[in-house]
Amino acid sequence: MSALLLHPDDTILVVTTALAAGDRVAIDGASIRMAVPIEVGHKIARHALSTGDTVIKYGAPIGSMTAPAAPGDHVHLHNMKSDYIATHLRDTLERSTS
Amino acid sequence: MISAWGRADGRKGIRNVVAVAYLVECAHHVARRIVDKIDDPDVHLIGFPGCFPNSYADTVMKAIATHPNVGALVIVSLGCESFNREGLAAAVAASGRPVETLVIQQTGGTAATIAAGLEAVARVKAVADAGPRVPMAVSELIVGTICGGSDGTSGITANPAVGGVFDRLVAEGATCIFEETGELVGCENIMADRALTPELGAELIASVRKAEHYYTVLGFGSFAPGNAEGGLTTQEEKSMGAYSKSGSSLISGVVKPGDVPPSPGLYMLDVVPDGEPRFGFPNISDNAEIVELIACGAHLTLFTTGRGSVVGSAISPVIKICANPETARKLAGDMDVNAGRILDGEASLAEVSDEIYARMVTVAQGVRSVSEELGHREFILTYKQFDPVGPACLPRRGA
Repeated sequence: MSALLLHPDDTILVVTTALAAGDRVAIDGASIRMAVPIEVGHKIARHALSTGDTVIKYGAPIGSMTAPAAPGDHVHLHNMKSDYIATHLRDTLERSTS
Repeated sequence: MISAWGRADGRKGIRNVVAVAYLVECAHHVARRIVDKIDDPDVHLIGFPGCFPNSYADTVMKAIATHPNVGALVIVSLGCESFNREGLAAAVAASGRPVETLVIQQTGGTAATIAAGLEAVARVKAVADAGPRVPMAVSELIVGTICGGSDGTSGITANPAVGGVFDRLVAEGATCIFEETGELVGCENIMADRALTPELGAELIASVRKAEHYYTVLGFGSFAPGNAEGGLTTQEEKSMGAYSKSGSSLISGVVKPGDVPPSPGLYMLDVVPDGEPRFGFPNISDNAEIVELIACGAHLTLFTTGRGSVVGSAISPVIKICANPETARKLAGDMDVNAGRILDGEASLAEVSDEIYARMVTVAQGVRSVSEELGHREFILTYKQFDPVGPACLPRRGA
């Protein structure tokens, strides 16, 4: 198992072994080729997601899409956001004060 | 069965620690030198750095100093700070424990106070070590849980495995505490459905709303850059993973730092201060939360980590459960249990829960946890402000 479906309602899968670009992952019976390397614990789209779609993990909403994603695409900070509190990174302070 | 230390108030401890407490940063060095020179795994440094008075710090320090894992206290005061050293000493003496107070300005300075402190610790430790041993069942334990350095594996391995341990402990009549309302943002409604009463459910939702407001005002959620590097994208995603540590039992109440749960069951510790934000972030790092779990009586803490935290704690043992198989390999010497084996296909969730439970019993019986063996004795206490919990928070009180 290299990508885990945690709940039947989920729109993403959790990667459980590090994947290289070009690796193939089975998603709902289809074999999907990874466009980029994905580390353990990161999320990939279960099916096509559109901007504004609620992202479901553990059967619960964990944020919404800010850009579209195709099945197998990495779902992370570049294409989704919190519906509560903005996520900060190490350079957040630099960016907010510059 | 656990061979525990019997305390005068009827509580039972799994360790017999002599705590050396500084009451202001100005006394920290003297207290630390006393502890370092003694170099005994059961003599721990605790303290409060501030010179201004704070009722929360007073409450937590008294709760820690009279915690069942503590056998005696030596207070190190500079002399002019605000902390009520007489009140602390009186509370400890009233609990039946030996206590001595050293005031640096009266004792003659650094060297004289260190020398006096070494003698004071030896005296109180001799009394504490002669204290009675009593049998203790696992169901008499208060167990806390916390996650630190979470990543995308935490919520699928270590956290639900701890949830399984909590369900078993609650079913056996033990007391379990989960915490950090800032890491329950997004889970408030499903959590409220598990409350013993609708009024308690409303309190759980209100406490998470309070946390959301507090963190929003401060400008940062309870989410570190490493969480994102580990695959977590949002606060609510981290929350869902963290929430699974609480298991699936009914929630019996909400407590605040220093409140010992009045009866067995599962409790949520509300760690976010009341009132408008002041004094800064609710908990500046994981150990501030562990200190609050201990102030609520936690005999030990189950600590899950994905990125790889190495901390332990003064007073109560910390058991480390590693969620991520890669971290478990890199930081193998810091972990008690490798829950990452679930992702490697080497163990089931239930098997890892059983392993955590067994490790917890062994540590309660006196075997030192990995962080204890490594000498981790972290302790942080800072300024906060709390109102007492309302009647809806503890529906079983007095029952």
